[in-house]
Amino acid sequence: MPDSTRKTRVNKSLLSDRFEKPIEWLIKICGWSSLAALTAILIFILKGAGPMISKINWVEFFTSTKWVPSPGTGNEPHYGILAMLVGTLSTTALALLISVPLGLAAAVYISEFATGKVKEFLKVLLELLAAIPSIVWGFIGLMVLAPLIQNWFGVQQGRNLLNGGIVLGLMSVPLIVSLSEDALRAVPDAYREAALALGASKWEIVFRVLFPAARNGLLAAVMLGLGRAIGETMAALLATGHANQIPSAITDPVRTITATIAAEMGEAPKNSDHYHVLFILGLVLFVITGVVNVVADLVIKGTKKHV
Amino acid sequence: MTATQNSAPLQIPGRDGYSVHVNDFSLWYGNFQALFNVNINIKQGIITSMIGPSGCGKSTMLRSLNRINERYGNVKTTGSITILGKNILDEDVSVATLRKSVGMVFQRPNPLPISIFDNVLFGLKSHTPSGYHSKRELEDLVEQSLSEVGLWSEVKDQLKRKATELTLEQQQKLCIGRLLPLKPEIILMDEPCSALDAAGIERIEALIGGMRGRFTILMVTHNMAQARRASDECIFMLMGEIIEHTPTLDLFMNPVHEKTAMYIEGRYG
Ligand SMILES: Nc1ncnc2c1ncn2[C@@H]1O[C@H](COP(=O)(O)OP(=O)(O)O)[C@@H](O)[C@H]1O
Ligand SMILES: [Mg+2]
Repeated sequence: MPDSTRKTRVNKSLLSDRFEKPIEWLIKICGWSSLAALTAILIFILKGAGPMISKINWVEFFTSTKWVPSPGTGNEPHYGILAMLVGTLSTTALALLISVPLGLAAAVYISEFATGKVKEFLKVLLELLAAIPSIVWGFIGLMVLAPLIQNWFGVQQGRNLLNGGIVLGLMSVPLIVSLSEDALRAVPDAYREAALALGASKWEIVFRVLFPAARNGLLAAVMLGLGRAIGETMAALLATGHANQIPSAITDPVRTITATIAAEMGEAPKNSDHYHVLFILGLVLFVITGVVNVVADLVIKGTKKHV
Repeated sequence: MTATQNSAPLQIPGRDGYSVHVNDFSLWYGNFQALFNVNINIKQGIITSMIGPSGCGKSTMLRSLNRINERYGNVKTTGSITILGKNILDEDVSVATLRKSVGMVFQRPNPLPISIFDNVLFGLKSHTPSGYHSKRELEDLVEQSLSEVGLWSEVKDQLKRKATELTLEQQQKLCIGRLLPLKPEIILMDEPCSALDAAGIERIEALIGGMRGRFTILMVTHNMAQARRASDECIFMLMGEIIEHTPTLDLFMNPVHEKTAMYIEGRYG
């Protein structure tokens, strides 16, 4: 008996020795390939933007709201994205304002309060919600939300900043919930028990133990939710009203960068100036998400030092 | 019945020389009965240890005294547990208030993943409105509590450090220290030294010994030598029942029950 157990142990360690190196390599390759993919995407966008990177008037690009990419013959084109930039940022901000509290609350409920069948049901429901295609969310904005907003606010156009924010927000809720729930579930139960034994209530545990303990995971969830909202195209196109203007009210129609690319890529002749400029829009999105991620990273590092 | 159990427990609220009366207490996890008609009276201000083979219900008994056992959801009880003159199993008892008077130290040190400073004040903040204590008072409380557990000089310059980064021994001291601002009547300890090395065990035992008189301490241990060294009275449990509860020396020198004798000898022989 002792002999045979020793044998299997030896075999096991031989086995793991043999596989250790290849597995290490595999992991390395996976790590590097994501970097390679990122670089490839960046090169692809830069190549698409091509000659327009040097030809474009960058000051006008960022400060003007005038977007006339394909003027009639004899007229000057204008490439001002200020309105779209504002449109993208404002819909995203509104979406986060909705999705973060909703998503966190749902995650807390599922992870800490719901039990048994209710919990299972909610998790399934969440997966279903996550599987709804974005075009369907767009339809919901168009057919359901737009008339409601028209009625409530007494405005002409129900497809606007508010509509877009709500639709994009609701869309990113399932993602935020499932990632936040993972983060909360990963908090060791010993922490809950310790706090409970000190007389803390369940809510206190949520705010004073779980949120600090799961901070990184929760922040990552919010970032991915933000990524979803900022990068969404179809729903944004249908729900925002797609009007190239800086909104002065929450019920004003807006236009997002993604929707512009989606709507105009088909009609812009290949390799035309318009076509190249659309790639520059893609580059702007790329930079925005990059900046958001770096800031999130810094926030995580910063709070780590303080706590 | 044993010496301490032959008179009916006094039901006078407050001070009767006892901190805990457990009367005919039984407990079930689902259909599994873990405790059978337990009767214990725990004297105030002394250290009482609980020994017995693994799985005999020591933790279950201990965890019933602050009702932390209820979090499993499938727990059913009968009988009564009187602490500070009140049956803590009554409907109208606030478990938060109960846990303020009955602190607990766990087997695995479990400081919260927040700063050392915030760990010490965590319980207090749950029980007082915000702004109740001045910043100065809070700082003093932290210093007092950490000094009492012998941690102050080691951590006074790193109070903002995350408590989970401390050594296990420091963590366990912190876990004892964070009970002190709540001024508990009773402190429950479930094998508080089992995660520590010999030197750590010695220091924690000394720390617990130093708390004698000011707190009623009930300590589960799987280590009979520790029970002998560190406790004034000892309870021997077997399969969910209390077999013997006497002064520690008596239990080890002149066990009344055959089973106690067998258990002690079995381990020592
Ligand atoms: N949450 C639980 N659910 C079901 N059974 C449990 C639970 N906790 C403990 N038990 C059972 O109750 C008995 C006593 O356990 P415990 O109090 O942990 O013993 P000890 O601390 O003396 O080792 C054991 O048989 C154990 O399996
Ligand atoms: Mg135990």
